[in-house]
Amino acid sequence: MERQPTDAVVTVEGVRIVYRDPNGRPFVAIDEASFTVRPGEKFVIIGPSGCGKTTLLKAIAGFLAPAAGRIVVAGREVHEPGPDRAVVFQDFDQLFPWRTVLGNLVYALRAAKGVPRATAEQRAHHFLKLVGIDAAAHKYPHMLSGGMKQRAAIARALALEPAILLLDEPFGALDAITRSQLQRELNEIWRRTQVTIILVTHSIQEAVYLGHRVLVLTPAPAVIREIVDTAAAEDVESSAFVALSHHLRELLVTPGQAERAAVGAGHATE
Amino acid sequence: MATETTREIALATPTPVAAPRARRGLPTTARRALILLAILLLWQGYVVVSNVPPLLIPSPLAVAQALLQDIASGRIPAATYTTLYSLVVGTLLGTLAGFALASLAVLFRPGQDLLALLSAILNPLPSIAVLPLAMIWFGLNETAIIFVIVQATLWPIAIATDMGFRTISPTLHMVARNLGLRGLRLVVDVLLPAALPHILSGLKAGWAFGWRTVVAAELVFGVAGAAGGLGWYINDSRYFLNTANVFAGLVVISLLGILVDLLFTLIEQQTVVKWGMKHGV
Repeated sequence: MERQPTDAVVTVEGVRIVYRDPNGRPFVAIDEASFTVRPGEKFVIIGPSGCGKTTLLKAIAGFLAPAAGRIVVAGREVHEPGPDRAVVFQDFDQLFPWRTVLGNLVYALRAAKGVPRATAEQRAHHFLKLVGIDAAAHKYPHMLSGGMKQRAAIARALALEPAILLLDEPFGALDAITRSQLQRELNEIWRRTQVTIILVTHSIQEAVYLGHRVLVLTPAPAVIREIVDTAAAEDVESSAFVALSHHLRELLVTPGQAERAAVGAGHATE
Repeated sequence: MATETTREIALATPTPVAAPRARRGLPTTARRALILLAILLLWQGYVVVSNVPPLLIPSPLAVAQALLQDIASGRIPAATYTTLYSLVVGTLLGTLAGFALASLAVLFRPGQDLLALLSAILNPLPSIAVLPLAMIWFGLNETAIIFVIVQATLWPIAIATDMGFRTISPTLHMVARNLGLRGLRLVVDVLLPAALPHILSGLKAGWAFGWRTVVAAELVFGVAGAAGGLGWYINDSRYFLNTANVFAGLVVISLLGILVDLLFTLIEQQTVVKWGMKHGV
């Protein structure tokens, strides 16, 4: 139904990802993954811990090559990492410690896109303002709090103006207060930039709050269990939010057998 | 002014466990200067009281006099220049070669094997042992000395740099690849600065080897005559039984060693400490 290239920023088709364990035996992390992400969508991947959420994101980013299937981003098949798929990681050490916050953004723009220095600085300040840390532009990363580091990393990724922003549990290592603050800010940033986002998380609340659609993976070897439409639920106190959270929790904790029975509890599936 | 203060606090907080400085009274430097002065006084007193022949132990005053005389006459500055010139050129070449080997090792599999093999064979070799070979190849000249210094500095630097490249945070490496960096660009823009704490320790170790090697090589070259460095100056002074000048040469070598250590500390303060990659000393 959505096969036109203009309709999907990301197309994942029958992707299978195989790791080798230390003894050289193959281990299937992801199997038969197929889905599309629409322009301007906030697409969330959730699953039990260790199921391969991050693996799937790394494949879209180009760090891992699928053993079968293909991944197309903005009309081009993915074979290697590139700035059109900017990644924000969970670790606080993703900023170059030897550059200031501004320097990190300027360097990324110059290295990845060949933007001239003056333009790069302008654009860097613009995105630092967007995430609310322009005042810390001339500080070195180690002087910043965890939340500010993650804001800087998001600003750096956004400054590249990627086809898609890949967020790998970016708030996972933050305290609860900073975390909910950044969740709200991410929504606000999305509203202003309309950037397409794929977010990996293990938080049901975060998934329902931030996502338009939530892809639920089964435990490893992970297959797609269901793609839940959560666009309607943004107000955490609404009954839709509560119902969707409940539904996701069911999908995540109940064993695979109940899978078919659980489908169709009033939520759209793809 | 306000930023200055915040910065100082940010830098100072991570090291509350630093050694208790100056428990009471004088600051460290003053205390140590006093001890040094006491040692010099004891030395001077011993020479005056014991009547030991100045040929064996000259008084500190005689050493100071010899030092000032030869600084004024230009002998010590010329010898210092010669030694530092070989050392700087040798260390520079050794560093470049070390970086090149470590870069090959991180970019290509065979490069990794090459570095492992060469460093296993050549690193344990005391570099001064290569001097006779260098003399056969290059003759009794500066090139031979520089060659030996390269051999002394290359391996510690190559090994430390390689270690630095290998222990870079996987996240930082992925960020670099995400920006589309690879090859030489990846090495120069990301791997080298990320490995800087390791590289600086490698440079320190390499410099220490090189420093010992250059003085030893110059002692051997005492026979060669003209345009010698500090090692040659010491050996020459010994030949003419100018013991005070032998001491003066040793003082200069020791002072230069201290100065270079200070230089390294300064470089660390301005780079890895400032960037939070290593806590202050």
